[in-house]
Amino acid sequence: MGIQVKGEVLNVKPIGEYYSMTVVAPGVAELTRPGQFVAVAVGGEGGGMLLRRAFSIYSVRETGVYGGTVEFIFSVAGRGTAWLAAQRPYDPIDVVGPLGKPFALPREPANCLLVGGGYGAAPLFMLADALRTRGCRIDAVLGASTGDRLFGALDAKRMAASVAFTTDDGTYGEKGRVSDVLPEVIDRVKADVVYACGPMAMLQAVQAVASAAYDGAGIPTQLSVEESMACGIGVCMTCVLPIIGNDGQTRMSRSCADGPVFSGDRIRWDALGTVPDDAVGATQ
Amino acid sequence: MSVTLKRQVEPVRHVNVDMTTKLGSLTVSDPVFTASGCAAAGQEVGQYNDLTAIGGVVTKSIQLNARAGRATPRMAETPSGMLNSIGLQGPGIDVFINRDLAWLEEHGVTAVVSIAGHTVEEYGKLAGKLRGKPVGMIEVNISCPNVEDRGQVFACDKSAAASVIQAVRRAAPPSQPIFAKLSPDVTDIVEIAKACVDAGANGLSLINTTLGMVIDTVTMRPLLAGVTGGLSGPAIRPLALRCVWQVHQALPEIPLFGIGGIRTGNDALEFILAGASAVQVGTVIFHDPGAPARVSRELREALAARGMDRLEQAIGLAHRAPELVVPELPDPPGDVPEADADAAEAPAVVVAETDGDALAEDWWEDQDA
Repeated sequence: MGIQVKGEVLNVKPIGEYYSMTVVAPGVAELTRPGQFVAVAVGGEGGGMLLRRAFSIYSVRETGVYGGTVEFIFSVAGRGTAWLAAQRPYDPIDVVGPLGKPFALPREPANCLLVGGGYGAAPLFMLADALRTRGCRIDAVLGASTGDRLFGALDAKRMAASVAFTTDDGTYGEKGRVSDVLPEVIDRVKADVVYACGPMAMLQAVQAVASAAYDGAGIPTQLSVEESMACGIGVCMTCVLPIIGNDGQTRMSRSCADGPVFSGDRIRWDALGTVPDDAVGATQ
Repeated sequence: MSVTLKRQVEPVRHVNVDMTTKLGSLTVSDPVFTASGCAAAGQEVGQYNDLTAIGGVVTKSIQLNARAGRATPRMAETPSGMLNSIGLQGPGIDVFINRDLAWLEEHGVTAVVSIAGHTVEEYGKLAGKLRGKPVGMIEVNISCPNVEDRGQVFACDKSAAASVIQAVRRAAPPSQPIFAKLSPDVTDIVEIAKACVDAGANGLSLINTTLGMVIDTVTMRPLLAGVTGGLSGPAIRPLALRCVWQVHQALPEIPLFGIGGIRTGNDALEFILAGASAVQVGTVIFHDPGAPARVSRELREALAARGMDRLEQAIGLAHRAPELVVPELPDPPGDVPEADADAAEAPAVVVAETDGDALAEDWWEDQDA
């Protein structure tokens, strides 16, 4: 459950092709678990942009000179994110969070492979901290279209036993997609589980590799999906995708409240962007 | 009616305004509700608002059976608004009664249940299912395509709208307030409003979304999977206000819900002044999940700042004849003796029936000169 905080910008800084924003939002930091997100109002009071922008939480600090802070990463993609990038320290900012279901963590120490695409890698670093305190081994694969769009390369090298990088144009690491190197990495690090966050096409490729791992035995995945949201709190029903429930039935589930993290084998990859005919309540 | 209004609108510290309002036989202690489709069935928004302190929750329109809704994208942001094309995704009336309505009752929240059907018969069945359930009011969403009439929307045809309301009226207990939620996408909303009232509606909810669309200039295709969607948010507020004004003028005794882009207490006040007995806060919840409670608080303050101690004093007040107000000129500096400064507070303006001859004929310059 999230809380609404009229917070204040602590800083905004460019990181490669992206921006990091840290917000003083007392109360949010204390509640946050890895994989959760914040929904941020953009455009200022009385502005014309009504819908909140949702961002995975990159890091939190529960205490500090300023009180609890929350940091998230964003890319300038439209007017809302351009407004965010133009904010300055002390500017007021309205944040709701933490929202959504966090990553599930293994009960016993396990070999965890973390896969991030672009700034989608942001929530994986908090996750790595949580996994390490449970005695898990961490390995990572980070990919992006270009080297400038890789996020968290240094962090990843620090936290993981091994890191593989891929870029579409070969400007950093191996030329190709994360899914190209994934089969080899899973075998080499003896991965028990894959955690991933990034574009839907990447997640689909990761799921395909993970489910075929170890000669088809497959390994579980925890995937944080990207769907456009209007409210972030579970009421507007715009961010839905077809998800298989515990009863085996497919429902149009909210990525904000029922996700954003789903077990990869519960996502109806064959029907993304549609309402499959066998979904509960589908009109034939 | 005579109301004493304060000329100056000043923030007030102690706000004691009776916010009670009557919606047919339903009396509530606060006029602010969540709008249908913008607060699900209350659970999520209840984390950000005390739902027992506002009027209540208008639930997302419920149908007889579970419905998966439309494909994505279902939403597009537009200037001061948004388009949605959800397709009434929901669990169906039985799950709704056992899960959602039970939750609302358990938490002491007044439930206004919005129902939606695709035939007249479906609406009647839905109202029948709600008999004996903890329902403060039924709001009939008639902005649905009528499958028995080539998909023509009930709300756009006065006889179809009336048939639906009659069916609901027959199936619901006589004591159950029924409001019809009207679409603004009609030539004459007053005509539809009258037809619904004649068919047994106790009140009207004005307005539903208005149809719009957005084209993605990258794909050069409609952005929404459903092609068109309902436009909501502050962008449609003047349109909604006009509808409330027109319907209140034609049917002054019929209670109205004012709905459409209400963001602040002042916005809500506009609807009350236009003739709404209560308001619903909708799309703005997506921007500010605490909006319903905030709007309620701000409306209370706005009424107090205008010297009103009961909400009912403000309902429809904008329809009164314009009074002549002589602009107050600032006092020349040093003109008011120190000792009299307190006594020279802004005088109250009394709005009373006037016979319109406040100024003598010879006050005016001769127009022929």
